[in-house]
Amino acid sequence: MSARRVIRNISIADLVRYRLPVPGVLSILHRISGALMFVLLPVALGLFDLSLRSQGYEQLRQLSGAWWVKFVMAALAWALLHHLLAGLRYLLLDLDLGVDRAWSRRSSWIVFALSLPPAAWVALSIFGVL
Amino acid sequence: MSVGARRLVVGAHYGLRDWLVQRATAVVLTLYLILLAVRMVSARPIDHDAWAGIFVAPGMKIATLIAFAALAWHAWIGMRDIWMDYVRPTGIRMLLQLGTVLWLVYCLVWAVQILWKV
Repeated sequence: MSARRVIRNISIADLVRYRLPVPGVLSILHRISGALMFVLLPVALGLFDLSLRSQGYEQLRQLSGAWWVKFVMAALAWALLHHLLAGLRYLLLDLDLGVDRAWSRRSSWIVFALSLPPAAWVALSIFGVL
Repeated sequence: MSVGARRLVVGAHYGLRDWLVQRATAVVLTLYLILLAVRMVSARPIDHDAWAGIFVAPGMKIATLIAFAALAWHAWIGMRDIWMDYVRPTGIRMLLQLGTVLWLVYCLVWAVQILWKV
């Protein structure tokens, strides 16, 4: 068996060729989706505010024609779906469920299988493809 | 605080509490999303009146406010983790953490205003 190169304290440049396992991809996307929702929180609150006003609802309909509003809403939908499902997986891991390597990989794929198609569907509906 | 004869345990000991709070608030938010989904399905077809009507009931207002509070606390712990992981200079990190807390409190007050206008 050939010796595997041990990678420690990798630099930013190493990130490109570092092959992150699926649970690692899920993990960093959990962080990115969380940070994204934090950044978009004022936009989400603003849209929520508009949606509850009687004239605002019509304004919102017009506003949602703008590409950036569509983009923000699609991004929020993906971020929420991924963060929610990956978070539920972490809750199960905290209960010592599915901790071994095979199951942690399998459950990561399950999270992606459950989050990506609905997110794609929402995005395509928002952009009027569907 | 020392444990046994030698081991010195340092730190402010809020790590476990924050870890637990992040999970507790996650459960609260999940339950709220289920509640909201049920309300939306039963209010179909969703137009403005039906959507706003969901938040008119005092019970739903309070549930939504609890969810927003859970969201703010959850986001605080998550953002604090991010700042602690990536921002090394203590001064800048403290500034970012202070900004995060103030911003989340502002958003929480804003959420109250939005909810109680309905």
